[in-house]
Amino acid sequence: MSAAAAGLAPQPGAARERRIRILLAKPGLDGHDQGAKVVARALMDAGFEVIYTGLRQMPEAVARMALEEDVDVIALSSLAGSHLPFCRKLKGLLEANGLTDKLWLIGGNLPAQDHDALRALGFRGVFPTGSKLDAICDYIRENVK
Amino acid sequence: MNDRLHAEVRPVVNESGLEVQPLYTAADVEDSGGLAMLGSPGEYPFTRGIHRLMYRKQPWTMRQYAGFGTPHETNQRFRYLISHGQTGLNVAFDLPTQIGLDSDDPLAEGEIGRVGMSVDTLRDFEVAFDGIDLAKITVSLTINGAAAILIAMYLAMAEKRGYDVKQLRGTAQNDILKEFIGRGTWIFPVEPSIRLVGDTIEYCAEHAPKYSPVSVCGYHIRESGATPAQEMAYAFCIARAYADEVIRRGVHVDEFAGRLSYNFNIFGNLFEQVCKFRAGRSLWAKIMKEQYGAEKPGSMWLRMIAAGGGGGLTFEQPELNIVRGAYYALISALSGTQTMALCSFDEAYTIPTEYSTRVSLRTMQILIEEMGLTETVDPLGGSYYVETMTNRMRAKMEEIIAETDAAGGIVKMVAEGSIQAKVSAQAYQMQRDIESGAFPKVGVNCYRNEKEDEHPVEFHPYKEEDVRVQIEGLERVRAERDEAAVARTLERVARDAAAGANVMPAIVEAVKAYATVGEITKQMVGVFGRYREPIRF
Repeated sequence: MSAAAAGLAPQPGAARERRIRILLAKPGLDGHDQGAKVVARALMDAGFEVIYTGLRQMPEAVARMALEEDVDVIALSSLAGSHLPFCRKLKGLLEANGLTDKLWLIGGNLPAQDHDALRALGFRGVFPTGSKLDAICDYIRENVK
Repeated sequence: MNDRLHAEVRPVVNESGLEVQPLYTAADVEDSGGLAMLGSPGEYPFTRGIHRLMYRKQPWTMRQYAGFGTPHETNQRFRYLISHGQTGLNVAFDLPTQIGLDSDDPLAEGEIGRVGMSVDTLRDFEVAFDGIDLAKITVSLTINGAAAILIAMYLAMAEKRGYDVKQLRGTAQNDILKEFIGRGTWIFPVEPSIRLVGDTIEYCAEHAPKYSPVSVCGYHIRESGATPAQEMAYAFCIARAYADEVIRRGVHVDEFAGRLSYNFNIFGNLFEQVCKFRAGRSLWAKIMKEQYGAEKPGSMWLRMIAAGGGGGLTFEQPELNIVRGAYYALISALSGTQTMALCSFDEAYTIPTEYSTRVSLRTMQILIEEMGLTETVDPLGGSYYVETMTNRMRAKMEEIIAETDAAGGIVKMVAEGSIQAKVSAQAYQMQRDIESGAFPKVGVNCYRNEKEDEHPVEFHPYKEEDVRVQIEGLERVRAERDEAAVARTLERVARDAAAGANVMPAIVEAVKAYATVGEITKQMVGVFGRYREPIRF
């Protein structure tokens, strides 16, 4: 799948300061993509460049795309409960690829008791069901170095 | 008179895009087409219900969605639900099973038994349905990409237990086109996926004529962002695609259409929902009679499960979801559905607990035992509002179907991703409207609690132990089965798939030899390939 196909192409000769690039991934086997697509649209409307992966991305694929696409933000949308095992695997791969300076986010059906564990794994932005779209956009603007 | 009343109030438009008047009179009914499509219950065009006496003769089937962990654990939950008066089963499968992976596949790691029951071989079905009388309890399998395999397993399991498959009732979801729009458990590309649906319908028409091999789902399309009118119109377009596939093979419409069923969603405006169902019932009857030349009344019936949808429930103040669920059940009863399921109040958080599923079950039982909802057929029939809106919803659905056909048809639109892009744009707009308060949602954008209560929700634990038990069970079956028979039957699956023959007989043979879901899927992937998701915004 051409992941980049979904992204907005970089503008040739555009301002020197490039737009924030975000990889938005659907981890694991979960097929619920309504939320991911809604967030993708919100991020695009807010002026970010979004590379949406589509469904069923394994940790290796997410890490590879993050590296290849040279993104500033790695965001996951998880609704089927397997966020912790997935994020544990992804953490190691992101570290191995030197992507620790990027902003890691996760949203979706994330029980409150798991939030600290996700943050401890390096997913600094945790956006459970009920989060506002603008809050996600603001968080990214404020936290991308 | 309406002009004068309109001047005094702000306009209201329902989600389907139809204006809602402050008052309806007989003149509005006439303007919308009169009562030409009303008829009597049990008679064409079935607006008032597909049966003459409806719930007065038999209340709706209550079928809560359930399944998790190992087949043994799921069996325990099934027995629990039946002991509390549930009259059907609606089986949830884990994601590896749904996309054709065995429990020991590396891609299945972390997902085994998580959102449903894990199934690798026929042995798992033997355990899951142990002690359940399949003649009394009808079973619905929520399976799509791997449906051909799981239907084969169900039929094989029933036959092994001595049931006459010709008399066996039950349903499989098996609606792959909606999986491409929402839900996402596809495996094969669009064309062979439709062919497989055709194979199951054709096979069941001959071998299991009382089994419903497909339940066409508007439900998930609605959850993905469709309006109520689109939900039903797109479902009809999808059902027509399956019907065309079967008719192309020379099967007469009356040989299979009576076993097609539907799965719809309930949340939102009560009257829009009730009118959606009444309108849809008559429109489907009209399509089957006029476009397909169906002659048997059963071929024209919109048989359906209507489920109180997760899309209406909120994460905030989850106890309010119990109240919403009760209204959804009321809508379902007022709409004349055959089967009812309710999302449980904790579904925004977790797999429902025994407690929350019992609350949902009791909600439906209260309607039957205390509220008089089973006593009279189509109790809202004749209301100026309901009849006018039913006519307008039907016209709206016809308009959407015509637009879809003009754009090249639902199959083309799904394959190119244009339907997905359309409903997802609507979902985005709805989310913006909820966040701005333009679309009211109690507890979310109005009447919020100052501070959210500590949620009274108990979490369903994920047990690593189940994974070990499931994989050991699979290894045991692999060690005990006749490998030569497995190899021979698997080879036939690939051969029949490549030859364009109906693959169901080969799959039935393979499951009887205890071939796994993953092994059978691999044979078909080898021939059909895998779906590649078109990503469009």
